[in-house]
Amino acid sequence: MNAYLLILIPLVGAALAAVWRGERSRPLLLPIFAAAHAVLVFWMLWHPPEVAANAWLGFDPMARAVLPAVSLLFLACAAYAVSYLRLRAERPNRTFVALLLAILGLLSAGHQARHLGVLWITTEAVTLAAVPLLHFNATPRAFEATWKYLLVGGTGIALSLFGSFCLGYASLHGGGSGDLTFAALMAQGAGLSRAWVLIAWVLLLVGYGTKMGLAPMHTWKPDAYGEAPGIVGAILAGGVTTVAFTAILRVRGVVEAAGQGAVADRTLLAIGLFSLVLAALLVLGSRDFKRMLAYSSVEHMGILVIAAAFGRAGVWAALFHVWSNSLIKGALFLSAGNIRRAAGARTRDEVRGMAAVTPHSAAIFVTGMFAITACPPFGPFFSELRVLRAGIETGHYAATGLLLTGLLFVFFGLTRLVFAIVDGRPRTATKTGEPRVRETAGVIVPPLALLVFSLWLGLATPSVLHEAWTAAVEQILSTR
Amino acid sequence: MSELANLLIGLAMGLNLLALGSSRLPSVIRTVAVQGMALGLLPLVLETRFDWLVALVAVITLLVKGVMIPTLLRRAMRTANIDREMQPVIGFVPSLLLGAAGTIAAVAAARALPLLPEHADTLLVPGALALVFTGFVLLVGRVKAISQVCGYLILENGIYLFGMLLIGSTPLLVESGILLDLTVGIFVIGIIVDRIQRAFDSLDTRKLTVLRE
Repeated sequence: MNAYLLILIPLVGAALAAVWRGERSRPLLLPIFAAAHAVLVFWMLWHPPEVAANAWLGFDPMARAVLPAVSLLFLACAAYAVSYLRLRAERPNRTFVALLLAILGLLSAGHQARHLGVLWITTEAVTLAAVPLLHFNATPRAFEATWKYLLVGGTGIALSLFGSFCLGYASLHGGGSGDLTFAALMAQGAGLSRAWVLIAWVLLLVGYGTKMGLAPMHTWKPDAYGEAPGIVGAILAGGVTTVAFTAILRVRGVVEAAGQGAVADRTLLAIGLFSLVLAALLVLGSRDFKRMLAYSSVEHMGILVIAAAFGRAGVWAALFHVWSNSLIKGALFLSAGNIRRAAGARTRDEVRGMAAVTPHSAAIFVTGMFAITACPPFGPFFSELRVLRAGIETGHYAATGLLLTGLLFVFFGLTRLVFAIVDGRPRTATKTGEPRVRETAGVIVPPLALLVFSLWLGLATPSVLHEAWTAAVEQILSTR
Repeated sequence: MSELANLLIGLAMGLNLLALGSSRLPSVIRTVAVQGMALGLLPLVLETRFDWLVALVAVITLLVKGVMIPTLLRRAMRTANIDREMQPVIGFVPSLLLGAAGTIAAVAAARALPLLPEHADTLLVPGALALVFTGFVLLVGRVKAISQVCGYLILENGIYLFGMLLIGSTPLLVESGILLDLTVGIFVIGIIVDRIQRAFDSLDTRKLTVLRE
C-alpha cells in the first residue's frame, strides 16, 4: 500500500499544481509534496514492508537502497525551486511545477518496478516528462538541446524495449511462460535461452545506458545539462540516471541467474572504463562549467558500472556511490545555477572572480568540486575507496589502475576550470552596479544541506543504509 | 493464419524500401502510416481465437498508427511550412541498397537465431530486424526533423513486430502502456518541431550546431 502511496503522493501534487491558480503560491506545492514523500520513504527505509514475490511494483530491497537518496535530492531541489521560480517570475511555472512533481512520482514507480514492462513505461514517461523542463528557458539553444535529448533518448529507450522483448522471448524459448517480472525471470535462471539472454543484455545495456549517459551514448548530456535550469540538471543527474542504473542492476541479476554473469561483468567493465576515460578527456578540454558538470556525470556513471562489475562488494560500493554522487551533484548543479545567473555567462573566457560576486555559492561550488573528485571526508571519497578495494579484491588490477588514472585526470580538469571562474578579479560587466542576483537563504541553504548530508554520509554511514545496501546486493546476486 | 501474417509482414518489409526511396516527405509519412496499419492488423491474424481485448488493442493501434500520428506529423509539416524535399545525407540509391542488404542480412540473422518451432517459419523475426535496421538508416540518413521522426516510427514498428512473439504471454496492459507512451512521445515531438521551426526558421537539423564540442 505504502509503495503505491510513494507514487501517488507526488502525482496528486502534480495534478493539484496543474489546476492551481496562484502563480506565486504554486511553487510552494513542491516542497510540501516533496517533504511528504521524503518522510514516507525514510519511514519505509527503517520499516521495510514485505513484498510479494510476483508483485509488479513494490518497495523491495533494491528500491529501498536507492529511492531515499532520490527523494532527499528532490526535497533539496524543491526547496530551491521556490526561490528560483520567484527570481524567474517572468516565466509561467505551471508546467514546470506540475512536471517536476510528476517526475518524482514516476521515478518512485521506476525504482519500485519489478516488471520489465512497467520499468520501461515509467522510464519512457520520465524521459517525456523532462522535455518541457529542459526548454524552460525557451532559448534557441535550449530547443536544440531538447531535440537532441528527445532523439538520442528516444532511440535508447526504443532499444531497451527491444531488449525487454528479447528477454521475454528468452524465457519463452527456454520453456517458460514469458512472464516479465524480474522474480520469475530469475527463478527460471539457467532455463533461459542463452543466445537471447545475451542479445537482451546488450540491447538493455545500450538502451538504459543511453538514459544513464554512458559513453558513447552520452552525446545528449552536455547539451541538456548545459541548457536546462540547475534544478532540472540536478534531478536528471542525480535522479533519472539512478533509475536507469537500477534497471541495469536488476537486469544484471537476471543475467547472473542465467549463468552469464561473467559476460555481463566484462561488458560493464568495458563500457564503464570507456565512459570514464572519455569523460576525463572531455573535462580536460571543457571551458563551460555547466557542460563540465555533464562530463563529470558521465564519469560517475562510468564509475557506477565499473563498480557493478566488481562482484558483490562492488555492487555494494556502487549503491553507496549512487547516494554520494546524487547528493553532491545536487549541491554542484544548484550552486552552479546561482553562479550562472549572477555571471550571465558560462565559460571561463567570460566568467571569473565569482568568489567576490557570489561568495557563498562559489564556496559551495568549490567544496562540492573537491567532494565529487573524491577528496576526504565527503561521501564520494569513501564510496570510491570501496570501489577500488572491490576491484583489487576481485583481481582487476589493470582496470583499477585505469580507474585511478581517470579520477586523477578528472581532478585536474575540474580544478583548472573551477578555479578559473572562481578566482581572479570580477569582470567589469558583472562588477558594476548592483549584483544581479542576491544570494538569499533560499538558494544557498538547499545545496549547503546536501553538502552537509554528504559529509555525514561519509563520516558516519548510518547502519540502516549498510543493511539496505547489503539486502539489495542479496536481491541482485543471490545465486553467486 | 500464418500465410496471412506473413503477407502483412512482407508488405511492411516492402514498405521499408518505399520509405527509403521516396524523395517527398508526405509520401514517407503515408508509407509509415500504411506500415503501422498493416502491423496493427497482425494481432487479429495471429490470435487463433477471438478475444475482445486483443481486438480493442488492435483497433486502437490502427487508429493511433494509421490516423493520429500521421495527422500530427502532417499538421507539424504544414504549420512549420517546410518544403517537401527530403534532403538526404545518404542518397536515395545508396539508402535503397543499404535497405535491401539489411533485409537480406535480417533473414540470414533470423536463420541463425534459436527460434521456437511455431515462429521458425514466419517472417516475424526477420521482419522485425529489417524494420529496426531501416529505421536506423532513416534516422541517420535524413536531416529534416520530421523525416527523422518517420525513421523513429519505423524503428518502433520493428520493435512492435518483435513484441508479437510475446503476444500470448505479455499482458495487454503493458502493450497499451507502450502504445500510450509512443503517442505522447510523438505529440511532444510535434510540439518541439514547431518550436524549433519558430526559433531557427528551419527544420534542418544540420542547423542545430551551436552546441558543438
